[in-house]
Amino acid sequence: MAQVTVIEAIRSALDEEMAADDRVFILGEDVEAGGVFRVTEGLAAKYPGRLIDSPLAESSIIGITIGAAHYGLRPVAEIQFADFIHAGFDHMASEASRWCYRTKGDAFLPMVVRTPWGGGVHGGQHHSQSIEAYYTHLPGIKVVAPSFPSDYRSLLKAAIADPNPVLFLEHKRTYRLIKQEAGEPGETVIGRSRVTRKGSDLTIFAYGLMLHESLAAADELAAEGTECTVVDLLTLQPLDVETVLEAAKATGKVLVVHEDTLTGGFGGEIAALIAEHAFEYLDAPIRRVCGPDIPAMPFHHNMESFFMPDRTKIAAAARDLAAY
Amino acid sequence: MTTVTMPQLGESVTEGTILAWLKKPGDPVLLDDPLCEIETEKVTAELPSPFEGVMGEILVPEGETVNVGEPLCTVLESAVEAGAPPRAAGATAGGGWSGGPMAIPPDEAPVPAPNGAGAAVPRAAGPVVPRAAGPVVPRPARPAATSPESRERYYSPAVMRLATEHGVDLSAIKGTGVGGRVTRKDVEARLAQGTTVAAPAAAGAPVPRAAGARYDVVQLSATRRTIAENLKRSNLEAPQAWTMVEADVTPLVRLRERDRAEFQRREGVDLTLLPYFAVAVCETLREFPMLNARWEGEELRRYNAVDLGIAVAAETGLVVPVIHDAGDLNLAGMARRIADIVDRARQRKLRIEDIEGGTFTVNNTGSFGSIASKPIVNYPQVGIVTMERVVKRAVVVAGDAIAVRSMVNLCLSFDHRAMDGLEAGGFLAALKQRMETLGA
Repeated sequence: MAQVTVIEAIRSALDEEMAADDRVFILGEDVEAGGVFRVTEGLAAKYPGRLIDSPLAESSIIGITIGAAHYGLRPVAEIQFADFIHAGFDHMASEASRWCYRTKGDAFLPMVVRTPWGGGVHGGQHHSQSIEAYYTHLPGIKVVAPSFPSDYRSLLKAAIADPNPVLFLEHKRTYRLIKQEAGEPGETVIGRSRVTRKGSDLTIFAYGLMLHESLAAADELAAEGTECTVVDLLTLQPLDVETVLEAAKATGKVLVVHEDTLTGGFGGEIAALIAEHAFEYLDAPIRRVCGPDIPAMPFHHNMESFFMPDRTKIAAAARDLAAY
Repeated sequence: MTTVTMPQLGESVTEGTILAWLKKPGDPVLLDDPLCEIETEKVTAELPSPFEGVMGEILVPEGETVNVGEPLCTVLESAVEAGAPPRAAGATAGGGWSGGPMAIPPDEAPVPAPNGAGAAVPRAAGPVVPRAAGPVVPRPARPAATSPESRERYYSPAVMRLATEHGVDLSAIKGTGVGGRVTRKDVEARLAQGTTVAAPAAAGAPVPRAAGARYDVVQLSATRRTIAENLKRSNLEAPQAWTMVEADVTPLVRLRERDRAEFQRREGVDLTLLPYFAVAVCETLREFPMLNARWEGEELRRYNAVDLGIAVAAETGLVVPVIHDAGDLNLAGMARRIADIVDRARQRKLRIEDIEGGTFTVNNTGSFGSIASKPIVNYPQVGIVTMERVVKRAVVVAGDAIAVRSMVNLCLSFDHRAMDGLEAGGFLAALKQRMETLGA
């Protein structure tokens, strides 16, 4: 069967949702021409007038998205790089996240904000950021960060169908790197994590590119006789607490991986959750392999490698943890 | 190679618990070198090596209880058999590795760098990072030739939980984690073997308290269980009567004070009142042999020789070593024997014969400051007598005068099945008489 990339999976989800529901439209910078990553390529011809190029003003993109959702449409905004989303943070935090709550459930905001995030493409300081932790701190915004094409496809469809705001994070390094057989069933429910690999020695939690690096590290360790459980978190908010705790309890040794900087990163929440609810199952201190507390991802290849966790760093930490 | 098995340490003893291994695999051992300490319900003994050679494999971990005759360890004839290079004189450090001449001792095996290739989260140096400590603090580097710090007693929450749930003695598990730490997997492996129980040896050691528990469950040592069983049996089977006399031991106290220094110099042991008492008891038992007896089933056996039990409060529990043929001993001999046996009881060095076959027991309860006590007959004996604390009291003496005298209470419990108050009272009166005339 044909191989599907992450980009193709996302495009097919958009295509299907636009075909099924003419309230769905796409708003963003250069989206009509296909966007810088070519995600929306070909859709403008198929759905004339429903791919709207916006000014280079993220605050306005998100503001208009909120307005359109209020109006009863199903907007899917594209923020060209996650690094640019901060200009729209006020709309996300103060308006989008609270609408359902503020109206006691009388009104919803069915909107999706898609954005490519993460490093590993020599994007430098303004094209490599991880932004998930800002948004997982906003109850009322769902944060989805898949890793495999099939999940991108099914979870984006679920996000568009969701009556509340979803921040849909697409790891840009995986766009064309990660391929999968077409037709693989993906996770269809926002808020569920998946045990991607089962092993009895330790448990790794990851998402995005780091999930793939963690799987590679697990392969490396398996060759040495250490078996890792690897959990693909898929959704960060709301978190699949049950799966997280179960996977942590199963081995008692936990390694959390993300490329976002360590302090205040989402890994701290995973660690806290496990310490709070699975303390008596812990057999080792919880370890985190994360980006260092440096303001931004550097551009130079060596410096970028220094910043980014990878399979080597993950395997080293896992080895250490397994031996503890 | 010879396999050393659990010896039968005493008549009805069927099992023993390994308290501690005193030799490690690969250690050179001499003939009769103690290999391990064994606790049975009666004694704690050291297991001697059957010949000179090299300690082989340890087959039973510490804390585990095995039946008599089961293999405990192997002893190898020589270093050659052990596969070790000839040991240079004095080169004993680091012994305990028998993996062959080329084997690298585990302590010297290459140790992976603490955080592996490149710290997982490199510590950011430079002006932009104000945090004092890096995100992940690397463990202090350790020199390659020394072992990591011992973590044999570091128990993780997971390990504690499993141990509590399944009653696992963690000290009996050899940890495979860093620094010998017992890991969750080690405990699970032990559980899978199904050899969980093996209560720890120390008497009264509480098991870890379950969260929220209002009490600790006391792990009973073999010694404690035996004491409990014997006392229960005595109380259930023997109808015990109790009686007490008071004796004026003023002359004896003076006599002891007078002779004490000289006795210490001559005999090398401190002269207490106990040997005087023990000698007096032996002499009185000769007069009243009904008290110098044991039940054997339905049969009551009266003994000619006095094998005198001395109750000793050792840290590990009450033990009653026996001075055989105590009736033949003079004061000095009695003092020396008592000093020796009490000392060995406290050090848990008693031999089987030291605790078997008593015919009567004395208990120096005065050493606790008690002035009256009700001892329980040491079954299957039929009598036990205590000497309480000597106290100065104002007493009425001859001529209705009041004098300050050194007084002591002597308390007797006896098995009423074996005798009546006549004999018991006669014994106690005669004993009082002896105590009062000593030094008078």
